[in-house]
Amino acid sequence: MNIFILNLIKEYIYGAGYTIILLLKTVVQIKSSFFKKNEIIHQMYIAGISSLFVVSIVAVFTGMIMGLNAGLGLKDFGAEGQIGLLLTITLTREMSPFMTALILSASVGSAIAAELGTMKVSEEIDALEVMSIDPVRYLVMPRVLGFSTMVPVLCVYSTILGIIGGAVVGHFQLGVDYQIYFNDVSARIGSVPGLKDLYVGLFKGLVFGVIISIISCSHGLRTTNGAIGVGKATRESVVISFLVVIFFGYVMTAFFYR
Amino acid sequence: MEPIIEMINVHKTFGSRKILKGMNLRVKKGETMVILGPSGTGKSVSLKHITGLTIPDEGDCKIFGKSISYSKEKIRKEIRARMGVLFQSGALINWLSVYENVALPLREHKLASGKELDRIVMEKLRWLDLVHAKDNLPGDISGGMKKRAGIARALTTNPEILLYDEPTSGLDPVMSNVFNELILRMQKELHVTSVVVTHDMQSAYMIADRISFIYEGEVIFCGTPDQIKESSNPLVIQFILGETRGPMTLDHSEKKD
Repeated sequence: MNIFILNLIKEYIYGAGYTIILLLKTVVQIKSSFFKKNEIIHQMYIAGISSLFVVSIVAVFTGMIMGLNAGLGLKDFGAEGQIGLLLTITLTREMSPFMTALILSASVGSAIAAELGTMKVSEEIDALEVMSIDPVRYLVMPRVLGFSTMVPVLCVYSTILGIIGGAVVGHFQLGVDYQIYFNDVSARIGSVPGLKDLYVGLFKGLVFGVIISIISCSHGLRTTNGAIGVGKATRESVVISFLVVIFFGYVMTAFFYR
Repeated sequence: MEPIIEMINVHKTFGSRKILKGMNLRVKKGETMVILGPSGTGKSVSLKHITGLTIPDEGDCKIFGKSISYSKEKIRKEIRARMGVLFQSGALINWLSVYENVALPLREHKLASGKELDRIVMEKLRWLDLVHAKDNLPGDISGGMKKRAGIARALTTNPEILLYDEPTSGLDPVMSNVFNELILRMQKELHVTSVVVTHDMQSAYMIADRISFIYEGEVIFCGTPDQIKESSNPLVIQFILGETRGPMTLDHSEKKD
């Protein structure tokens, strides 16, 4: 049992080291991003456009659920009109980056790990190395850049949809006037703290994007043991991405707001 | 003549399993060396050492007189630029067409572009009889065509060394012979040095200048096809005759490479 735990710890330390080195190599390869622009655009399309539907649904319903919960609580104090302000703060600061990151980790991150894992077990990665084609330049850098740039964009998009969802619930279930609601939203976003929330949210989205894409690529490139290994890499990439996103989410919130 | 591929006392262990136990191999320029042996004895691992994809625990692999195992990445890339590899499944990039796969090394290393690139790629595709499949994705073509596309891709940079990992595995007898003739043709017309890992005795006899027989991670016999046929080594005899009874136990022939 002790040996099993020791091996597990060794595996995680090795994985963490491998992922950090992979990230550094990817940063170095950004210099060749112009030559890979078509691939980067393709990855942006996969991360952004193909995830739009699920992000839209989740964002609208998150806004509605949060709006209803907050509104019912505030109604006891006669403050249900404040849900616009509350939703704007929560969505821009925390919920949108977090929600978008989790959705993309489960949908696109897992697909990246599975794709690279399959390439690894079918010797396609070996073939690239033998042709002196750097897999980091050819495969990892376009995925990390494409994915990371799309997460902040989707954060803004999901914030807007979440606020709209909250507005609909506020109007029909709590009787909050649209004008009051959106006046609160625009006042908050136009204020200095509101802008700070927005920028912090975008920054979080960017960091989450880098974390998820690099972890997914790292697991994909370390895949062994055929189909079972691909399944394991996919599952672990999602689980570890979730954990690291939660951890860094807390660290960033503490850093910017404490 | 100085060998251009050399494995010198290579040892390799994966986990608790010793795969190579002092592997020695010398391949001369223009020669076709076939590596034979039961599964799990280190044939494919040997090939990975020659490509520099695997680093030995002990010993060295020298290609063109330079160590591919311990050289810096730049030297390793220079050596690999003079080398082509056919992987068992072809290892084509699955979202690129056959044409784009063959063009990949030229595009990535900016060795050719435009009409020049097209000329080189089409020449290789014609050579391998793949022109009709040039727009197909790897998922849409047969195993034999994938392997031919893999060879076409390996040939685009005019390599001096070609390494084949089980080139005839999974192919019907006719297609296997097509591959054997192709390997012979490449040696004759392009003067490439080849190392072929195979289980296929008929193929080995047809293409080999010399055969190295590996058992339990080391070469136990090396000679011409005629010499191996006359070998008195009981392991070699059992393998070439495909007999189930003999010194080679099932345990040894069922391990994974």
